[in-house]
Amino acid sequence: MTRELVVVGHGMVGHRLVAALRDRDSTGTWHVTVLGEEDRPAYDRVALSSYVDGRTEDELSLGTHDDPLVDVRRGTSVVGIDREERLVRTADGETIRYDALVLATGSVPFVPPVPGRELPGCFVYRTLDDLDSIKAAARAALGRPVPGRRSAVVVGGGLLGLEAARAMRSLGLSPQVVEIAPRLMPVQVDEGGGALLRTLVERQAIAVRCGVSVAGIVADRGRLVAQLSDGIELDADVVVFSAGIRAADGLARSAGLAVGERGGVLVDDRCRTADQHVWAVGECAALEGRTYGLVAPGYAMAEVVADRLLGGDARMTPAELDMSTQLKLLGVDVASFGDAHATTEGALPVVINDPVAGTYAKLVVSDDASTLLGGVLVGDASRYAALRPLVGQALPADPVALIAPGAVELGADALPDGAQVCSCNAVTKGALREAIAEGACTVADLKACTRAGTSCGSCVPLLKTLLVQEGVEVSKALCEHFAASRAELFEIVAGAGITTFSDLVARHGTGRGCDVCKPVVASILASLGRGHILAGEQASLQDTNDRFLANMQRDGTYSVVPRVPGGEITPDGLIVIGEVARDFGLYTKITGGQRIDMFGARVEQLPEIWRRLVDAGFESGHAYGKALRTVKSCVGSTWCRYGQQDSVGLAVELELRYRGLRSPHKIKSGVSGCARECAEARSKDFGIIATETGWNLYVGGNGGFTPRHADLLVSDVDTETLVRLVDRFLMFYVRTADRLQRTASWIEAMEGGLDHLRAVIVDDSLGICADLEAAMAAHVASYADEWTGVLADEEKLSRFVSFVNAPGSPDPTISFVTERGQQVPAPRTPVLIGIPEVGS
Amino acid sequence: MTAAVLATWTPVCRVDQLEPERGVAALLDGRQVALFRTHEGSVHALGNVDPFSGAAVLSRGIVGDRGGVPTVASPVYKQVFSLVDGTCLDDPTVRVEVYDVSVDGGIVALRAVSQRVGR
Repeated sequence: MTRELVVVGHGMVGHRLVAALRDRDSTGTWHVTVLGEEDRPAYDRVALSSYVDGRTEDELSLGTHDDPLVDVRRGTSVVGIDREERLVRTADGETIRYDALVLATGSVPFVPPVPGRELPGCFVYRTLDDLDSIKAAARAALGRPVPGRRSAVVVGGGLLGLEAARAMRSLGLSPQVVEIAPRLMPVQVDEGGGALLRTLVERQAIAVRCGVSVAGIVADRGRLVAQLSDGIELDADVVVFSAGIRAADGLARSAGLAVGERGGVLVDDRCRTADQHVWAVGECAALEGRTYGLVAPGYAMAEVVADRLLGGDARMTPAELDMSTQLKLLGVDVASFGDAHATTEGALPVVINDPVAGTYAKLVVSDDASTLLGGVLVGDASRYAALRPLVGQALPADPVALIAPGAVELGADALPDGAQVCSCNAVTKGALREAIAEGACTVADLKACTRAGTSCGSCVPLLKTLLVQEGVEVSKALCEHFAASRAELFEIVAGAGITTFSDLVARHGTGRGCDVCKPVVASILASLGRGHILAGEQASLQDTNDRFLANMQRDGTYSVVPRVPGGEITPDGLIVIGEVARDFGLYTKITGGQRIDMFGARVEQLPEIWRRLVDAGFESGHAYGKALRTVKSCVGSTWCRYGQQDSVGLAVELELRYRGLRSPHKIKSGVSGCARECAEARSKDFGIIATETGWNLYVGGNGGFTPRHADLLVSDVDTETLVRLVDRFLMFYVRTADRLQRTASWIEAMEGGLDHLRAVIVDDSLGICADLEAAMAAHVASYADEWTGVLADEEKLSRFVSFVNAPGSPDPTISFVTERGQQVPAPRTPVLIGIPEVGS
Repeated sequence: MTAAVLATWTPVCRVDQLEPERGVAALLDGRQVALFRTHEGSVHALGNVDPFSGAAVLSRGIVGDRGGVPTVASPVYKQVFSLVDGTCLDDPTVRVEVYDVSVDGGIVALRAVSQRVGR
């Protein structure tokens, strides 16, 4: 008989519990009723702040349980539990019987009892609703016609407080963080690390005040004033309380369940309360007296309870309660692991503090300096992945040597098999070695078969070293002719001023190349502006489509796409395209990039077709190239009642600026005139969405095989800044991406990901931005239409023939039939695949 | 039927019409041949029809080498064929026909390989 499970709370941990249970409960032992207070599906609260950067509720959603055995009731508060009768009572007065009850009520923000905390303009930072309110308040503040900056006071300088401060900055407010402890992130970092962290945070235009509290908040002429304990008063348009959380254990208390000293429903290592029918997981649970505010232990608790409900004997292990953290906040690396505060008796801290380089590293070792106990890293946390698994293990080297700049490279060989390499998914080095022995030979393989590296990703560098150590060679060679990667070849060609493939392969490769390396070199030469792509030897390097500057179709005919910048075209232009298509019998179709594709042209017809198009003012649309394709646009403020900016104008400007830019793969773009996003800009390599005062720039979007929304790079910039950033972004991509790597996977594969990209092209961390801009300026200045170049050159034109001995004869294998009023390739006759007979 | 077409040496074009590593197609009594001249200067001729797609386009593929064997990659689905014997190096069960090539007095001439066998 089906038993009834009631889950109170529909947050991340509650969601995981239901998913885990339904995953394993193949016989349908349990029917699940989920009662969630928020009126939305469960969402990724860890990524809450990305909501202000434009991620939507849908993107943050953890997905719904589409399952007849799961009944999710949103917007339903539970007001009481009758443990004797095993009933829960909702605010609507309904009662629901349970065989098992899981409390996953999470936590509530802690708001210090400050007078004035209820005033309009004061918020907490916990839910999407909170963020909606904060966004509205920020917008109202920015719209107020008074001089000066709009500011936000953020109460609390912990992890959440710094996240909130960054979000306030993204919303256009000047954040001021007030932390009662003497340093930022007091839980994770020590005094020395905190001092450096403060300096690094202040460099991000966030003001910090430590060691003071907010004594009161008063309203003042439409704004707020936060009065601090040291007498200072801060003007604020918004006050955000992000000073920690408290377990939401009120329901358990009123049901007579025991709670921990500092709150939280008391549970044992099975996550069960003293009542055998009642369990608690996540932030509301006090596991053996202690609460955990991170999602990883919460997930582990959810797994344990799911197992127990199905008769298993899982228990929480100490490793699953690991509170180690690594994060990048405001571009600053912070990591803390093990006994970071050296509370173990006799523990010895070893510290290297380099305020010049902006790095702080501390290791905590046992009194005999033999065992690593924990540590703190600020400014550079690259060693976290290697150090954290060593906690509790014998030190492989002198502690100073492990954290000194340029010190011992701590490889995976220092780790015993039992050490956890991925703490998020509890994967040990031994399990990874086993996977490699069974055939995993890339990081992607390891992710797929062990789940290591799939959550926070901090162990990915270690996965790479592990692969190398186990003898798996990770080759970056382009093909058998070049040992270098595409990015390295780019540097070689650019640096050595190489202009031909023959020269390059003679000096840096072997053999005569292939269909992999030749198009790569062709693209690099084109990106560097080394002449027309069909000039001289370059003509023999071009891939299928580039070879005849048209798109080869399955029957060997070509399609032709003239450029229509921004999708804007005059009636006369449309007529010319229509006439050309009609005169040459071409099939026409509107493309997804807002232009017109004409199909069915034979190779010897291409010059005649293009002469007509060029004479009418058209130019190559590069539909055939790994190059900028189109910049799609919505109609924008010119016509649209909702448009905030001239999206068509910007799209045309961008398309004309970057036309002809050869790149590792195709580049697509879009510009939307308002947040309704009719141009679908976030599915593009670089997408732009208008704001009231400027533009938001998104990068790394993708349609196609692996759809991905682009991520916000910068917000609210003017057109000049926008163009400068796109210049840098595209040139950096052209120079460093792998062959056939779209921007989405390029950013994903980049160490440090989007943050690194932002550091390089926004903050110029590598000092290359001037160079990137100059390279783009050179491209823009030297652009010339490729088809005009062919039409003006007899030698190039002479190649557009069907047969060397019969230049005008059409290919006899091409034939068409009529479908829906247009000509299309005749159905393919079966092709014999096998060894043909020749003569007899 | 095919043998009849190229039973004897048939002139096709001047050798200077073949740019190194850039193939061309020739039409011989309705039959299509792809002609290639390698970087070193040797001339090869294969059937022009790509057996994987059925399109007559092998002449438009990229010429290079695999392990020293001169090759052309089909421009449609990129299978690589040996210029020497027409074998598909990605699928050795597939082969395209090969023609004997002679270059005499600057003129490229072809004939079917079977003639060589019969000699």
